[in-house]
Amino acid sequence: MGVGIEVSNLNAWYSTNHTLQDINLHIPANQATALIGPSGCGKSTFVRCINRMHETNPIAKVTGTVRIGDIDVYKDASPVEIRRRIGMVFQRPNPFPTMSIYDNVASGLRLNGFRNRRVLDEVVERSLIQAALFEEVKNDLKKKSGASLSGGQQQRLCIARALAVDPEVLLMDEPASALDPVSTAKIEDLIFQLKSQYTIVIVTHNMQQAARVAERTGFFLNGRLVEFDSTHKIFTNPGDKRTEDYITGRFG
Amino acid sequence: MSGPPLELTPTPEPSSLGTESPAPSEIRKFLTSRGSSAISDRAFRWIMLLCALSIFAIVALIAVELVKSSQLTISKFGLSFFFKSAWDPVNANFGALPFIFGTLTSSFLALLLAVPLAIGVAIFLTEMCPKILRGPLSFLTELLAAIPSVVYGFWAIFVLVPILRERVNPLLIKALGWTGFFSGPNFGIGLLAAGVILAIMILPIISSLTREVMTAVPHTQREAVLALGATRWEMIRMGVLRNARIGIVGSVILGLGRALGETMAVTMVIGNSPVIGKNLLGLGYSMASVIANEFSEASDDMYRSALIEIGLALFLVTIVVNGLARLLVWAVTRGAPPRVT
Ligand SMILES: Nc1ncnc2c1ncn2[C@@H]1O[C@H](COP(=O)(O)OP(=O)(O)OP(=O)(O)O)[C@@H](O)[C@H]1O
Ligand SMILES: [Mg+2]
Repeated sequence: MGVGIEVSNLNAWYSTNHTLQDINLHIPANQATALIGPSGCGKSTFVRCINRMHETNPIAKVTGTVRIGDIDVYKDASPVEIRRRIGMVFQRPNPFPTMSIYDNVASGLRLNGFRNRRVLDEVVERSLIQAALFEEVKNDLKKKSGASLSGGQQQRLCIARALAVDPEVLLMDEPASALDPVSTAKIEDLIFQLKSQYTIVIVTHNMQQAARVAERTGFFLNGRLVEFDSTHKIFTNPGDKRTEDYITGRFG
Repeated sequence: MSGPPLELTPTPEPSSLGTESPAPSEIRKFLTSRGSSAISDRAFRWIMLLCALSIFAIVALIAVELVKSSQLTISKFGLSFFFKSAWDPVNANFGALPFIFGTLTSSFLALLLAVPLAIGVAIFLTEMCPKILRGPLSFLTELLAAIPSVVYGFWAIFVLVPILRERVNPLLIKALGWTGFFSGPNFGIGLLAAGVILAIMILPIISSLTREVMTAVPHTQREAVLALGATRWEMIRMGVLRNARIGIVGSVILGLGRALGETMAVTMVIGNSPVIGKNLLGLGYSMASVIANEFSEASDDMYRSALIEIGLALFLVTIVVNGLARLLVWAVTRGAPPRVT
């Protein structure tokens, strides 16, 4: 089951570039939340602050608090623990090229020393089914490399890999940006199905996509969260002029 | 909620590709004037092929020359030359086994010590080293590679051997003497000393090549593993070493090649007596060392032929060891899916 995310006074920097400024928002559990905004406004940075990937960059700095459920991500836990509870799908698919499809999906569990064959088999199959990839790969599970799949299949493989560790939150940074419409539709279906069990945060440049999959939408601009509300409200009756300009394409 | 993505920046100038004028431009004319370049392309292929073939030619020439110059002993002893322990120039009775043994033992000892250390150094340099330390540290490791081997030999005699004799060997004898691998008399010099000095000599090659292949692993692979909740070591194991393993084995093979052929430093510390035994503190002799030591005093043809055949043995051992290493890589990566990039 998913948990909610509570972000308060979040600030992030890349060296002296103040990338995120005073972000406050509450992402509800078991819903999909979309983040939109022009390129470079800080969406990826925001998402990476949630699972503490931001700090893996040596020039990065972050202040403020992020809570998932009742845990303060930056105080109560190690980054490793946090990332075990938060799955992440990156903008560009990054399957492990030296591993088979099966091993790719199993990697998160194997990492943590999980060895039970029977359960692994089950989890791998279930995750691949959830990611709408199973039918396409079921005959080559152990034969083919994760990198031998098409871009869209690779992305669904990465989603399966993230789901296999049964995360409470799933972060997706433009998961469909490199995909064709069919794969994109599959991934949207998937988000639709998954959101009853997981808290999903999805960054997207595609506003129809945000409207289709997300209950709530946040609009970022120049490192600030301009508006955060129900998707319906954002797209039909935005409270801020800048949001309206952005979604109607009359920007600047 | 309309279609095309919105742009923050002003629309860029239409690129020159989009605005083709009816008359061909200067650039187009210049490019057309270069023709199909088919000949130069083909010539390039042939030249490269020639470069590759020169390797075969060199190897073949060396092998032929070695076999020709060691005809005397080859016809006298046949294959038994490689499996005999005799080394008696006076009675013209020769066998290569103790030298093969000394070379292999000291080289594998060297690998055993150097590989973990080198990979550790590479991991530290690529994954955890503060930026300001990285330059100086990698410079220092590469400096180690530039020191002439005779200097290593001297250092081994004056520093390493005393340390081994007075501090390390007594401990080894006490703790592990029961295994039979470490028993007296404790000379300081011997197989272990040769292995240690070789390890120091091949460390820079292995660690700098390993560092190169590890650096080449894309950052997204590290992020992928980290995001699954991996600790730093798990990230390095699954995200970096696994992707770099073929390159790492390659660097180990290069290091092994250097260890097998190393002459000067080994000659100075291995003890130069053709013995075979499992005692690593005992004396030994290596193929390269015996050639270096005895070639100038080999007075008769038979003696000289025997030394050249030792060279042939070294050549063969190198080939066999490389083949085995490749077999090992094949065996390890056999289960894994073919890598696509
Ligand atoms: N690795 C980095 N090093 C330095 N600065 C960075 C780095 N990554 C991002 N930035 C800067 O941080 C700011 C926000 O970047 P971020 O990647 O969060 O934007 P984004 O909203 O995800 O954009 P996009 O929609 O293009 O993915 C940008 O100004 C960018 O220049
Ligand atoms: Mg981004």
